[in-house]
Amino acid sequence: MQVIRDDGSLDPNLDPGLSIDQVVALYKAMVRTRVIDDRLNRLQRQGRIAFHVGSLGEEAAIVGSAAALRDRDWIAPCYREVGALLWRGYPLQRYVDHMYGNAGDPVRGRQMPDHTFSREHRYLSVSAPIGTQIPHAVGVAMAAKKRGLDECIGVFFGDGATSSNDFHAAMNFAGVYRAPVLFLCRNNGYAISLPTSEQTAVRTLAEKSAAYRIPATRVDGNDVLAVWKAVRDGVDRAAEGGGPSFIELMTYRMGGHSTSDDPRVYRTEEEVDAWRRADPLLRLRKHIEQRAAWSAELEADWQAVCDAEVRACVRQAESMPASELREVFRDVYAEQPWHLREQEAECLGGPRARDHEEGSS
Amino acid sequence: MSEMNLVQAIQSGLRNAMREDQDVVLIGEDIGKLGGVFRVTQGLQEEFGADRVLDTPLSETGILGVAIGMALHGLRPVSEIQFADFIYPGFDQLVNEAAKYRYRTASELHVPMVVRTPYGGGIRGGQYHSQSPESLFIHTAGLKVVCPSNPHDAKGLLIQSILDDDPVVFFEPKRVYRALKMEVPDEAYTVPLSEAKIVRPGEHVTCVAWGAMLFEALSAADEVRKQGVDVEVIDLRTLWPLDIDTVVNSVKKTGRFVVVHEAPRTCGFGGELVTLVVERAFLHLEAPPVRVTGFDTPFPLTHEREYLPLAHRIAPALLQTARY
Ligand SMILES: Cc1ncc(C[n+]2csc(CCOP(=O)(O)OP(=O)(O)O)c2C)c(N)n1
Repeated sequence: MQVIRDDGSLDPNLDPGLSIDQVVALYKAMVRTRVIDDRLNRLQRQGRIAFHVGSLGEEAAIVGSAAALRDRDWIAPCYREVGALLWRGYPLQRYVDHMYGNAGDPVRGRQMPDHTFSREHRYLSVSAPIGTQIPHAVGVAMAAKKRGLDECIGVFFGDGATSSNDFHAAMNFAGVYRAPVLFLCRNNGYAISLPTSEQTAVRTLAEKSAAYRIPATRVDGNDVLAVWKAVRDGVDRAAEGGGPSFIELMTYRMGGHSTSDDPRVYRTEEEVDAWRRADPLLRLRKHIEQRAAWSAELEADWQAVCDAEVRACVRQAESMPASELREVFRDVYAEQPWHLREQEAECLGGPRARDHEEGSS
Repeated sequence: MSEMNLVQAIQSGLRNAMREDQDVVLIGEDIGKLGGVFRVTQGLQEEFGADRVLDTPLSETGILGVAIGMALHGLRPVSEIQFADFIYPGFDQLVNEAAKYRYRTASELHVPMVVRTPYGGGIRGGQYHSQSPESLFIHTAGLKVVCPSNPHDAKGLLIQSILDDDPVVFFEPKRVYRALKMEVPDEAYTVPLSEAKIVRPGEHVTCVAWGAMLFEALSAADEVRKQGVDVEVIDLRTLWPLDIDTVVNSVKKTGRFVVVHEAPRTCGFGGELVTLVVERAFLHLEAPPVRVTGFDTPFPLTHEREYLPLAHRIAPALLQTARY
């Protein structure tokens, strides 16, 4: 499914009818996500943060999905979806603090960068093991159904995750229990170095959902309006008691897998170039410019605003102390047992490593 | 002989084993074209082809379960699990299948496979790129567990593990991957399993370590030497089956025992080693044995250097034990 045609016009039969203000808001969120991404990549190269896993090229799939979910719906992220969290109003400062693992990090310096969460924004916690969040999403959906709540959940994962045990268990349960869950599969062409064509022998990932009797849609994931429409259709189906939907978002990971990766080893520049021309930002920009809602000047202004915002957050994050050392020993259980009390005292009262990061304690 | 780091030495061991035996195959995620996320298998798919170096779909169950099948039918698979933290989807295959096949078939069928996996912290990897789960596999009857600390041992132990007729979980200290180089023979050689090495003889305290923590134990030993404490440092190399004699004889000599590991303390391998030492050398002990370990929490990010049992925590334990 495609809504925004290559020439920037909309397919009148599929146009979901968003106002131009709504469409511009989507565009601005996508640009903001990319500016933040770019800054974080630079910070990692400069050794100021440990790691970053970005969403270059996948902004439409991520922001468009988040926008089509309702505020009360949940999101179970993979690890590239901070654009969805920011769409929901998550403070950028909190995200940047997380990237630094400093005293403002809601994860208390316990997880790698890009492994955050926000209960307030109904955004579950990022976990590195692939696929684990998919059955959680089905459980959240089953709980909502049992409790009579008009809520659903969108769960993000990549093409690689469709090979995991957890994916198949989750799809099967969702099919059996008609859980109000949207499986949002970002088919970005690669799982680190492995192309989707070697990940599975099926021609489309959507085929997998047929085995579990879950209706599937395959959309152009670089077309934010197509993404929005497919996800909103899934939300409507869930709300009407129709159960789960599988949405294959066809997109491309334009950057490396993460800051640790060098994609030149396993794919050609020509391949990446072809996808650069299908950049989701370019496509949407063409459309809003045609509708006289955007211009080169507005673009430059907005990029500058986003850049200044992220730079200010970075300055603030770098002026903060590290997360407190005692946080290492907290939140293992609801109540701290004797052995962790002892170990906390042993560590806090013991000798410090040579390059100890000063906490605020 | 060539100067090799740990990555190069393991790669050299794989290459030797594959050249010598057509039945050795590699199976894992991103190990072919990319050469593995740590580049351990770089160039091997080019040399041996895609039917001997398999870039698999993202499934540890698949990797380990299929490797078992291959091993049952005459191949010698070497699996790579990208990080030890991601071994759990395949845990059932290792613990319930690979480990028990020989027992339940009275040795008529058995599983000669190696599972290579980088483990351990100190690379700013947080909760899921830093774990040290060795004790789970030591606890599982039927699995052998190897953990080299340096390039020379790693190559010889790996080739020996591939030759071994039982399943071997081979933990690679990722913090050491590129940290040191040493002379390593280019040709194949073996280092026997279940032989620990006394890397620094000493009279006053026995300190046992393995993998990346060995170097921390050695640097702590240097530090306390200045205060007159002479530490015997033992690199276990194979964790299970254990070289019990080397450990117990050392403790009988020194009368004091300190064990160091990154894994959390509770039910870590240190607890088992202390028990063995107490059972076999009780009357020789001059001080209570001490464990210097990771804490009983998930592995943290920001404060990983406080969490790890680095030299700053080992040295006081050595002194305390020596002066007890
Ligand atoms: C169980 C497990 N095995 C291996 C890994 C290492 N790993 C991290 S990301 C990744 C590829 C994931 O690809 P995909 O699901 O397509 O998501 P994408 O990164 O493309 O968004 C792998 C193999 C992991 N995190 N978890």
